[in-house]
Amino acid sequence: MRVRVLYFARSREVAGAPEEALDLPPGATTSSLLDDLRSRHPGLAGVLTSCVVAVNHEYVAAGEAAELREGDEVAIIPPLSGG
Amino acid sequence: MEAENARLRAEVEALRARLRALEAAGASADAPRQQPDGSSCTAAAAAGAAAPAAAGARPSRAPPAGFVSPHGLTKPQAERYSRQLLLPAFGPAAQARLCAASALIVGCGGLGAPAALYLAAAGIGRLGLADHDAVEISNLHRQIIHSEARAGAHKAASAAAAVAALNSSVALDVHTEGLTPANAADLVRRYDLVIDASDNAPTRYLLSDAAAATGTPLVSAAAVGTDGQLTVYCLGEDGPCYRCLFPEPPAPGNCARCADAGVLGPVPGVMGVLQALEAVKILAGVGKPLSRQLLLFDALSGRFTTIKLRARAPDCAACGGGGGAAAAGDAAGGTGAQAEGPAGGACCSGRGSGSDARAPRGRMRPEDVAAFDYAAFTGQAAHDGAPPPLRVLPPDQRLAAAELRDRLAAAGLGGGDDRDGAANGASSSGSGGSGDSGGAAGCVLIDVRPTAQFGVMSLPGAVNLPFDSPERFRERHVASVLALASCGAGCAALAAGAAARDGGASGYGGAASATGSSGAAGAAPRGAAARAAAEQAAAEQQRPVYVVCRRGNHSQLAVQELRAAGLREVFDLAGGMEAWAAEVDPAMPVL
Ligand SMILES: [Zn+2]
Repeated sequence: MRVRVLYFARSREVAGAPEEALDLPPGATTSSLLDDLRSRHPGLAGVLTSCVVAVNHEYVAAGEAAELREGDEVAIIPPLSGG
Repeated sequence: MEAENARLRAEVEALRARLRALEAAGASADAPRQQPDGSSCTAAAAAGAAAPAAAGARPSRAPPAGFVSPHGLTKPQAERYSRQLLLPAFGPAAQARLCAASALIVGCGGLGAPAALYLAAAGIGRLGLADHDAVEISNLHRQIIHSEARAGAHKAASAAAAVAALNSSVALDVHTEGLTPANAADLVRRYDLVIDASDNAPTRYLLSDAAAATGTPLVSAAAVGTDGQLTVYCLGEDGPCYRCLFPEPPAPGNCARCADAGVLGPVPGVMGVLQALEAVKILAGVGKPLSRQLLLFDALSGRFTTIKLRARAPDCAACGGGGGAAAAGDAAGGTGAQAEGPAGGACCSGRGSGSDARAPRGRMRPEDVAAFDYAAFTGQAAHDGAPPPLRVLPPDQRLAAAELRDRLAAAGLGGGDDRDGAANGASSSGSGGSGDSGGAAGCVLIDVRPTAQFGVMSLPGAVNLPFDSPERFRERHVASVLALASCGAGCAALAAGAAARDGGASGYGGAASATGSSGAAGAAPRGAAARAAAEQAAAEQQRPVYVVCRRGNHSQLAVQELRAAGLREVFDLAGGMEAWAAEVDPAMPVL
């Protein structure tokens, strides 16, 4: 199945793109996706320790393994601190 | 028809007579001005009766004791805020609540500037302005509350001056000491609402904890680069706090600040205006606040996105658990302002502006906030100023700016009368120019600042090899520097340098992973190989290497790495480009 990953702020810099489409095996979850992302973009590991993950515009808790479905949109949102 | 005409003539006559009487009393000056402004508005129409009071000096016609609307608004308030009073979604009751409310703005920068101006303009009763920083010219592209004339002044005082000029009826508290763990809870407790317009992670945790510990709603926004975020914390029964969402602080390297990463001026402007809007909604009790919603702004695409957030986390270190205390906090806090309250009272006396009515929302109490080490927790200082200077290298491995200038000039890099021309040439031609002089000169000049900073201004002939961390510098750049240093003056170093950089980096990475996988057995040979390589590098060094950065911190760490790799003639510029600009080239911009 195919999901879209949207990168915000620092994660966009590290991933080098505002979004990417990924083919995931059936049964993939948010936590398995995050593992994938860490290996695709090693720099993301440090970003993912403190960020909001949202599936289809809804928050998913850090430790949660929410099941993903075809067409899901997963947003990686690190906090900004500037102002 | 005849009768109708007569009636109208009589009415006109009566009106003329009334007008003459008014003119005789000297009140005519006020009448025409009020008509276009507010005759359709009940408040303004009522205010007309009190017009002579405002005009003043009309002793012959004593005004009523002072107009007060049913909602407690005075005549000047009713007139000033008439466009909000006319708004069905807002109106006089909401205005009266706003006029009686108070807010603390933490940070008078890119977010705080528009937030303070709009809150003052909209008629907030009292505004606290907290910032420990001083106005700098590089702030003015976004911090529009300040001015060139107030450069060097405390930002909090400068912001207060602008607010006072905009709306003299707003009571102002200026907090130039900024927010500290010691004063945070006490400061926050004195206001109905807090606005996080700060620019760093430790202050964001501190302010959220203080808001949770005092049961104060927190309107939080941030902006870096072309991104903005906004949400409301600590509101109502289930509103989360900052720690509910981000229990772990970001790694310092992942926490860009405007001072380093840059920010497009209108981006914090947009977010700060939205903060003012959320604060107005909460304090006036209108609309639906952005609690449990994270608003994201992507300036480049012009898109706003809203993410639904979690409720307050039961295990949150700041606002979780707490039981009775949390319940008490919510009972006192409420979501604000449903009840109109007595005239002049407004919402916020209802939600506990008598400070003791508020209580911690969870397990963190004001004394816990004061005792918490936010700098250690986030690994960052709360102050946005320069990091403390490192002292890593011995003095004989560091050069003062004037000494480096002389050495560069002697080696054929920069210096001399055409220094400015060369500098311009290098910065306008970018990396091409740097490679050229990096090879032809009698020395190697390495600039380890981020590429974006290097792109704005650099010394002629400098090669840009950014320093992120000692590990990354070792992996990516040390081999390139060794190659450049071993290449004598006049060699075709442009090609050599490029080859060393590309090939060297990947070759080094390959070697590292090969030895890494061989485990303990590989350790001794690797150490020996490194020593041998270092000795070879020392023997082959043909040209001295000079390393510069912004302030002279990263350059020391880079020199350490290069010395560990075997270079002997390698020095850094003490004080970095800031020192260069101060001591050698005042025309060079300081970023
Ligand atoms: Zn919390």
